[in-house]
Amino acid sequence: MAEILVVVDHLDGDVKKVTLELLTKARELGEASAVFFGEGFDKAKEKLAQFGAQRVYVAEGEEYTGYVVAPKAELLAKLVAEKAPAAVFVPSTAEGKEIAGRLAVKTDSGVITDAVDIAEGFVCEQSVFGGATVVHSRVAKGTPIITVRPNAIQPVAADGPAERVDVAVEVSAAAKAARIVDRVVQPRGGRPELTEASIVVSGGRGVGSAENFAVIEKLADSLGAAVGASRAATDAGWYPHQYQVGQTGKTVSPQLYIACGISGAIQHRAGMQTSKTIVAINKDPEAPIFELADFGVVGDLFKVVPQLTEEIEKRKG
Amino acid sequence: MKIVVCVKQVPDTASERKLSPADKTLDRASVEGVINELDEYAIEEGLRLAEAHGGEVTILSMGPDKASESIRKALSMGADKGVHLVDDALHGSDAVATSYALAKVLQTLEFDLVIFGSESTDARTSVVPAMVAERLGLPQLTYANKVEITGGGIKIQRQTEYGHDVVEAGLPAVVSVVEKINEPRYPTFKGIMAAKKKPVQTLGCAEVGIEADKVGLGAAWSVVEDFADRPPRQQGTIVTDEGDGGVKLAEFLAAQKFI
Ligand SMILES: Cc1cc2nc3c(=O)[nH]c(=O)nc-3n(C[C@H](O)[C@H](O)[C@H](O)COP(=O)(O)OP(=O)(O)OC[C@H]3O[C@@H](n4cnc5c(N)ncnc54)[C@H](O)[C@@H]3O)c2cc1C
Ligand SMILES: Cc1cc2nc3c(=O)[nH]c(=O)nc-3n(C[C@H](O)[C@H](O)[C@H](O)COP(=O)(O)OP(=O)(O)OC[C@H]3O[C@@H](n4cnc5c(N)ncnc54)[C@H](O)[C@@H]3O)c2cc1C
Repeated sequence: MAEILVVVDHLDGDVKKVTLELLTKARELGEASAVFFGEGFDKAKEKLAQFGAQRVYVAEGEEYTGYVVAPKAELLAKLVAEKAPAAVFVPSTAEGKEIAGRLAVKTDSGVITDAVDIAEGFVCEQSVFGGATVVHSRVAKGTPIITVRPNAIQPVAADGPAERVDVAVEVSAAAKAARIVDRVVQPRGGRPELTEASIVVSGGRGVGSAENFAVIEKLADSLGAAVGASRAATDAGWYPHQYQVGQTGKTVSPQLYIACGISGAIQHRAGMQTSKTIVAINKDPEAPIFELADFGVVGDLFKVVPQLTEEIEKRKG
Repeated sequence: MKIVVCVKQVPDTASERKLSPADKTLDRASVEGVINELDEYAIEEGLRLAEAHGGEVTILSMGPDKASESIRKALSMGADKGVHLVDDALHGSDAVATSYALAKVLQTLEFDLVIFGSESTDARTSVVPAMVAERLGLPQLTYANKVEITGGGIKIQRQTEYGHDVVEAGLPAVVSVVEKINEPRYPTFKGIMAAKKKPVQTLGCAEVGIEADKVGLGAAWSVVEDFADRPPRQQGTIVTDEGDGGVKLAEFLAAQKFI
């Protein structure tokens, strides 16, 4: 069966769920090989094996992590030349897309971004214009390079050896031109990752302050949900930017999205419109978010949200 | 310091955007075109850097005739001149072709920095800045929420999934910016008047060595097979809180098996 390369998304060996989704899809369409950059393979191996990776190409070393994306694309280009894979799947994160873009140029291939599904012949489904239009597209030249949105594919476990194969490339000087001199990792706490979560509870300008986000967090914790925020809330410094949902924040597609004190501006909708179920709490009955809501409560979030949290806790017993 | 800012004209996000059934490309003709929102931040950053360090800002846009309106608007914000790549052969270009065409034009210009927005609001691929850096063999400093010119080089704060990276490189370099970086200025009346006299050079593929058979719909590296509009979401139940809003919501969530 044709080999498909899957670029692993991880932080120090903690494998992100999107990787498991991509391995699942790769197994469906061919044979899954993972590509792992940086340190932490030993920690990652079990997960990659559980989701059916035949082998894992491991590229360790500072040359892959100390510079902005270009060295990773060089290593992948070498693998594409040597292994002639049927396709390369990359997580649709900011960095994943950049790797994919550079790889496309290097291998004279086409690239499809933000696929939500991939079918036989590597025909991709894209959900564009904020989810208003569904497009089927495919790469017409070279090796299909496809970035896939987190939370779009159901991960299914299957045993694989995840055999380690060390790989390396002579990284060019040009690829080392943008040096990472410092890395700041914001602690995330115990909540699920925003793009991976099956439930997201978001707060907007209506939350009013950083302290008040505790109300949102309590509801999120009662549901095992991730916390999101509108740009108004991140711009005001009430919640860190990584949690912004929307056009210039994360695109989320959870089973349930609860918007609290968010008006539903078009740029916010662009990042949450494809959620399966949408709930809104807003004191303004005219707020556009209600147009999307499967269930809406017109009211003060400081009354409705705590009551909801209490009710959920009560039902949990 | 010579700065080029790449600006894409896109359909207004507030309008109804469509693909045209004839050739499955974006219908740009029937909607109002505006500057891609993220590119306004790129223009602003270019203007601020030129103001702080001396120099000039050139706007580069590839697009149909009417993209010249967006170049003119950027000039009214304060940019010095424009370059408009316009050629029917470019219609339907995908990201690979777009990056090839932009890189070809950039090779004919002198610059220390080329600044992009980090994403277009229509296609949202976010790949063009990295692709152009790849083609030009220049350092890529993308997703910047802060840009600083240091002695002979550049330093940015790169927004990441987990926080940020600090990235350094020499010049010339390719930068893309996120919307946290600044607050774009509005054109003033004086700026609008001045923009009318600023030079805009119009170029076709042949003039910058773009091989016409490497761009456009026919040459595309990726193709759209079909598309369909998804039915708009239906509004569900909206209740007004009368002291029991939270309870009603919990009932809804329980019925949907979320709790
Ligand atoms: C280039 C660009 C990119 C952007 N990207 C994004 C993005 O990624 N994500 C994003 O979210 N936005 C983005 N925006 C901004 C977007 O246009 C809106 O400004 C933003 O989404 C508004 O956030 P909000 O809904 O929290 O605030 P508002 O629009 O001010 O809405 C606040 C809502 O809270 C309600 N409210 C107030 N108090 C209460 C209360 N006590 N109880 C209940 N309800 C209450 C109000 O009725 C109101 O509806 C972008 C804009 C631009 C120009
Ligand atoms: C709905 C939709 C989906 C698409 N999906 C794909 C896909 O999966 N793969 C693919 O190869 N193509 C795709 N395309 C085609 C793509 O829109 C064009 O190739 C486009 O010219 C470049 O992509 P972008 O707008 O996403 O650029 P982005 O990479 O998102 O734009 C980043 C920045 O690059 C600069 N820039 C981009 N275009 C120009 C320009 N014409 N002139 C000046 N500066 C510019 C701007 O500074 C912009 O902020 C899609 C188009 C549509 C409408």
